[in-house]
Amino acid sequence: MASSDMPAENDVLRTVDGTPLKAALANASRRARIRAFILVLPLLIFILLTFAVPIGQMLSRSFTDDKFSANMVELGKWFDANGKAAPDEAAYAALAADLATASKERSAGNVGTRINYELPGTRSLFTSAARKADKLEAPFKEAILALDPQWARPDLWAAMRSASAAATLNFYQAALDRQIGADGNFEAAPENVQIYVKLFIRTFVMSVVITGLCLILGFPIAHLLAVLPLRHASLLMILVLLPFWTSLLVRTTSWMVLLQSQGVINDVLVALGIVGDDGRLAMMYNQTGTIIAMTHILLPFMILPLYSVMKTIPPAYARAARSLGATSWTTFRRIYLPQTVSGIGAGGILCFILAVGYYITPALVGGADGTLISNQIAFHMQKSLNWSLAAALAAMLLAAVLILYWAYDRIIGIDNMKLG
Amino acid sequence: MALPIYADPLERIWYYSYRVICALIFIFLIAPIIIIMPLSFNYEPYFTFTPEMLRLDPAGYSVRWYDNLLTFGMSAPDAVRDSSWWADVWANAKWVQAAKNSIIVGFFSTIVATVLGTIAAMGLSRPEMPFRKLIMAILISPMIVPIIITATGLFFFYSDIGLSGTYFGLVMAHATLGIPFVIITVTATMMGFDRSLIRAAQNMGAGPVTTFFKVQLPLITPGVVSGALFAFVTSFDEVVVVLFVGSHEQQTIPRQMWNGIREQISPSILAVATILVIFSICLLTVVELLRRRSERLRGVTPS
Amino acid sequence: MKKLLILSTALSGFAFAASAQEVVLMSWGGAYGKSQTEAYLKPFTAETGIKTTMVDADNPATPVKAMVEANNVTVDVVDVEYADAIRLCDEGLLEPIDPSIFPDGADGTPAMDDFLPGAVTDCAAATIVFSTMYAYDTTKFPNGGPKTMADFFNIEAFPGKRGMRKGAKANLEMALMGDGVPAAEVYTILATDEGVDRAFAMLDKIKADTVWWEAGAQPPQLLADGEVAMSTAYNGRIFAAAVAEGKPFESVWDGQVYEYDVLAVPKGAKNKDTAMQFIAYATGTQRLADQAKYIAYGPARKSSGPLVGLYEDGKTEMAPYMPTDAANLTNALASDFEFWADRDTQLNERFNSWLLN
Repeated sequence: MASSDMPAENDVLRTVDGTPLKAALANASRRARIRAFILVLPLLIFILLTFAVPIGQMLSRSFTDDKFSANMVELGKWFDANGKAAPDEAAYAALAADLATASKERSAGNVGTRINYELPGTRSLFTSAARKADKLEAPFKEAILALDPQWARPDLWAAMRSASAAATLNFYQAALDRQIGADGNFEAAPENVQIYVKLFIRTFVMSVVITGLCLILGFPIAHLLAVLPLRHASLLMILVLLPFWTSLLVRTTSWMVLLQSQGVINDVLVALGIVGDDGRLAMMYNQTGTIIAMTHILLPFMILPLYSVMKTIPPAYARAARSLGATSWTTFRRIYLPQTVSGIGAGGILCFILAVGYYITPALVGGADGTLISNQIAFHMQKSLNWSLAAALAAMLLAAVLILYWAYDRIIGIDNMKLG
Repeated sequence: MALPIYADPLERIWYYSYRVICALIFIFLIAPIIIIMPLSFNYEPYFTFTPEMLRLDPAGYSVRWYDNLLTFGMSAPDAVRDSSWWADVWANAKWVQAAKNSIIVGFFSTIVATVLGTIAAMGLSRPEMPFRKLIMAILISPMIVPIIITATGLFFFYSDIGLSGTYFGLVMAHATLGIPFVIITVTATMMGFDRSLIRAAQNMGAGPVTTFFKVQLPLITPGVVSGALFAFVTSFDEVVVVLFVGSHEQQTIPRQMWNGIREQISPSILAVATILVIFSICLLTVVELLRRRSERLRGVTPS
Repeated sequence: MKKLLILSTALSGFAFAASAQEVVLMSWGGAYGKSQTEAYLKPFTAETGIKTTMVDADNPATPVKAMVEANNVTVDVVDVEYADAIRLCDEGLLEPIDPSIFPDGADGTPAMDDFLPGAVTDCAAATIVFSTMYAYDTTKFPNGGPKTMADFFNIEAFPGKRGMRKGAKANLEMALMGDGVPAAEVYTILATDEGVDRAFAMLDKIKADTVWWEAGAQPPQLLADGEVAMSTAYNGRIFAAAVAEGKPFESVWDGQVYEYDVLAVPKGAKNKDTAMQFIAYATGTQRLADQAKYIAYGPARKSSGPLVGLYEDGKTEMAPYMPTDAANLTNALASDFEFWADRDTQLNERFNSWLLN
């Protein structure tokens, strides 16, 4: 029976005020999305301003260094005009003029430092030449070469040419242990100064070892906490949370006390007769010390995600497996372990990312061969003040961490991160 | 998880050795925390147990480091201990200054982090949130990015805009570091939140703000408090950013401890550490007792 | 409520930022920093009423450069090594000092004559002569300890770990002297590539057994912990540990490398004039003699010498512990500031990569 208030086959569903239902629905959900986004907006702006912008700015430093280009203007002009041509009298004249300016403005040290980054040992060329620059007269080439024959080196001119542009990839080259060779092209640095690649490898290897140790030590604890009744588990959880909340410096200091040659562990071992008094274990100021201390510090970061995953595993599956005749090892291997994989992944990647970026602990207990890449970044930030190189190293570290972060998101999902 | 009666001898052995292994790991976790407590009473200014201490000889022990916490940095430490001495302590003692700074910076950065983080978590937990994963990744990144990179970036940025060496800059930096914890804990809580309660409140005529304050907030408070606690601890314990961004006026406790390990080696830091550890134990015990009390009040049988 | 919080944050920020006249001194911390607090800072505040603050650093020269380049100078006076001061001055990172501000000696000698030669430069004024030498734990060597610099590099005869400063300065000179080079020829040899290689070859001998320290307070700590058997150190810190705390440390002066330590003002310091006033005060005759009461560093003024007497305990004579005491100068090397001002960066880079390899 046709009725006036039944919609016809080709009539569109409408809301009370006549808009099509689909449109009204789309409108409403768009408004809801915008509302949700507006709630997040203040924090997003805050993080972008206080975090993303500073880091971006610092990373941009890895591409620029104007210590040479801002101070040696005449030479820069000569390089623009003449490209890779061999230096002639005009080039040396420009160099002499710039050195005189540098001496007046006291920028010779900075200029020399910039070239020194590429060619160690050349800083003093610039500072000593600048001191004598106002006495130089034409012909400049002879005058400058008389100051020091090293001025004729082709690699020196190649370095100056590349430094006369503020934007450069040279710091990334340095971070990968490559230097300007005698002929002016980039090549691998000599063996005894190749440190960064080794340091990166050492950092990643040690982080893998630390994560593995955390996993081996953390898995039994997390399992125990998950299966015990909540009363007892909470008490034992205090033993996990207490180190977590104790200051990092305090924990590192106590490891210093424990691991020293005359420290508690060695004293106990000697008292028990396990090692002789002159055979004390060297656990401090080397890689061993770093690994032990960092495992202790990162263990709660492995235990807490594992615990929160294990709590959700119903015990019924294990009992069912036993009732079907599986031994306890088979039950564990084929029933329990696969269910904990997401927790292992979560804790593992978290521990690894944190281990790779650690700075304080290796600085205090690592000695010379327990230092990690962050210590080298800090060294270039605070001691050698080669900020561009520090930024280049930091950029590479950050890229590695972001790749791992993306992998974590793929496998686990950012929104599934739980800390107990 | 009792030992089932059908367990064979191998399983029994494993059952007990598993507990022994766990006990050893717990000792590994807790020993470093415990070991510093007796050492803070060392008479000598070095980090080793002297023979007198091991013999439990009272001459090897002293509370001078706790006293040092009050006197270090004072202008007249040896004066009579009257009210002007205490005024001197309050104004000049370095550790007291450090404690003041730590509490001020920690308090304000926690407030900023919790407020911004909770509001954002409300938005993030809604199913209709666009770009959810990407934004979540950005907001959690301060926890993931190596701290040395954050600290160096902030050093340059703050120097450019003149915020270096100011309380405001340090509070903002610490808030940034604490936000991921707030986000994680509050979104986890919101996941378990029953959305029909919101709809019920709206059904009865409450606007969004009223709904938030009267319905949502009371229920997510445990998560918010937990996140705030994590954020406070992060700020209280943070040293690398303070090293780079703070000046000598903003010395916090960890910054002063860093000094105490490098330039001013003295067991005063062990005294501070002991005080902090005891404080943490009290805090954790209180939290546990509250949890048991709320269990009792809700009539839940202890599990 | 939130408004109140924001307001109070802003107010506290302002309150802490607006400081009255004050002088902030950045120095090396530990026993040396304490001696400066007692001898310079406290009397300065007592006499002038200007607030003084001490800030510690492992080596104040590096934060100076970082602060000036980042345009963010938070200290007013820095205490740096002589060679670093020359280098920083060359680079325009320090304020020039007007030599007329220095008071005359207590015995009437004009200031410039009273200071030891070279003590006052364009941008810095020396306060003390300090020395890098090495000390050993006597309990570890009951049959007689090391006596010369060569003994430091001799692991077979004197077993045990070594402690050395983490840097090229002083270590390379000591390595050459340990290899038998007389003090007068050290810098000529070190200026050549073969000389540097020779120094590093000497250091290679003990590299595996060395603990590297960065802060001046660490060597006495390492010796007391038993972590090392002997360690290079700033002589005043060893003095403080041996005399003040009664530790069984013995100093070996053979092969010591001594240098001035100076006060300077970073470019762009906020309280520049008060800083200059402080430097003039701290380099006065009596002040320099006073600091020698607390730590074994020689004053940089001739008129202060006779005023140096006993340690603050009232019993110990300071003179034998001074780097410049005749008995300690038999095989001593004055650190060549020109050499280090030129070669510091390059040699430290080489040292750094040597260390990490």
